[in-house]
Amino acid sequence: MSAAPDSITPTVSPLPGTARSAKDVPMIVKEKFQFSPKTKRYILSALALIGFFLLWEMICLASGVSDLVLPRPSQIAVVLWQKFPLLWPHTVQTLYTTVVGFALGVLVGVVIGVIIGSSRLAYDVAYPLLVGFSSIPKVAVVPIFVVWFGSGTVPAILTSLVISIFPVVVNVATGLANTEPELEDVLKVLGASKTDILWNVGLPRALPYLFASLKIAITLSFVGTVLSETVAANKGIGTVMMIASGNFDVPLVFAGLFILAVLGVILYAVSAFIETRLTGWTQRKTDMAMT
Amino acid sequence: MTQSFIDLADVTLRYGGGTVALDHTNLKIDQGDFVALVGPSGCGKSTILKLVGGLLTPSSGAVIVGGREAGAPGARMHNPHAPRVRIGLAFQNPTMLPWLTIRENVMIPLKIVEPFRSEYARKKKGEFAERAEALLAQVGLKGFGDKRPWQLSGGMLQRASLCRALVHDPQLLLLDEPFGALDSFTREELWEIMQDLWITKRPTVLLVTHDLRESAYLANRICVMSSRPGRILEDRTVEFARPRTLESSYAPEFASLVQELRMRIAHARTDSDAKTAAAEALAARRVA
Repeated sequence: MSAAPDSITPTVSPLPGTARSAKDVPMIVKEKFQFSPKTKRYILSALALIGFFLLWEMICLASGVSDLVLPRPSQIAVVLWQKFPLLWPHTVQTLYTTVVGFALGVLVGVVIGVIIGSSRLAYDVAYPLLVGFSSIPKVAVVPIFVVWFGSGTVPAILTSLVISIFPVVVNVATGLANTEPELEDVLKVLGASKTDILWNVGLPRALPYLFASLKIAITLSFVGTVLSETVAANKGIGTVMMIASGNFDVPLVFAGLFILAVLGVILYAVSAFIETRLTGWTQRKTDMAMT
Repeated sequence: MTQSFIDLADVTLRYGGGTVALDHTNLKIDQGDFVALVGPSGCGKSTILKLVGGLLTPSSGAVIVGGREAGAPGARMHNPHAPRVRIGLAFQNPTMLPWLTIRENVMIPLKIVEPFRSEYARKKKGEFAERAEALLAQVGLKGFGDKRPWQLSGGMLQRASLCRALVHDPQLLLLDEPFGALDSFTREELWEIMQDLWITKRPTVLLVTHDLRESAYLANRICVMSSRPGRILEDRTVEFARPRTLESSYAPEFASLVQELRMRIAHARTDSDAKTAAAEALAARRVA
């Protein structure tokens, strides 16, 4: 590219796009046909994903590591394809227990969160208990559930329930506690009852906090289910992985991991989607702040 | 003697930390009056407002609003069966709910206060929405009912907040520095709107402010309070004819009233400076 004759600073070699000659105009127009920032983000994250697997594949090939230690992604893909009929019922089982446990956990969590968040006394009384319970390693809880309910689906659901309660409770309680005192005064002066305030202000205000916690809870929920399945179950991805690792079928273990990751991403995406639909007002607010 | 609409009789209020916000205060307000409370900051103006609104309970003395003790019904209530006075409240901060439209925000009191509450589900789309729109139009927000709070400026939100305080036709309107956070042009515009609203609806208004021009422009009566613990030092009637205009607020008699109030408050502050300093030192020691 040559310096334009009418350039103000002809001694400086012009950077692409800064020159003012008529020749360069089409190039500027061409820039307008770039991807929107959103599409760009999607493409970049897809590239990162593909790059990750490519890198993995290449490192395995270059180092010649045995597939008993670290199978290549292509091997995992083959296993996924070949053993799909075997894996599918287990996938459904894991998904089912996780979703049920998660749903119950959220329900219980919201109820406890509302109670704790709307009363100072309940907060002080229940918080130590709650922190105590959530600090217990869930691996230690599974055998207890098995003693109570036998092995199989029930302990898996319960583990996933117990593990997902805590973030929900904490966030809902925080959201409720965050109600502006002035707004509460406006309503109290009107003669609003505690329930009125909770329904009209407290719960909607807590909704973004709830959804933030759902995204954490859903991934934890998977951890709970799989944990229970590896300890005491005869169905589910966790069981498959336990048996596969017993047989040194490492590619199958990795296939299980891959399925879990995909399920996790899907459920995460679902809760994120519901979040934007229900609490759009917080998103729009940040959009406004950025423009 | 007939009882006043609002009657604070020998009211003392001590906060939890031991701070005495009000000390044997007496104040009577007639129905339909417009009273401004002015005074140095921290003198207990807002405390009086909260007592009248029933948000605080006096440590001693009684707060009677509309023949009935202020606040939620309790065992030791003076006259618990008298109908509750409808109250509207607006603060310096408009506190609109971000997930509702402006119209829905304005309609919140209708959702809570009887007799509107029982009809809310039936009338929220028709009569009540029109009611909110009419009020919004009166404060110059015609056509903004469907907007969200974050799409409006601070002054517009404050207008909407006034509408919310008035939509249920309150007999009593409590305003706690409602124009304090606004620029002076917007503020003066809202004074005019406030005066219009008062003239058309005639609620009893209790306005807390530290803007003396505002109090002189809007109020029928100005009560000057002392520093903490607050007491009412002076009770003046403002005789200017209504409707008052912004031009009239630059008239010499207006200016001299504002000047007198200013002197009175300055005096109140120096009066109690020593007292305040001692109290602050005590509080600081308590914190440490």
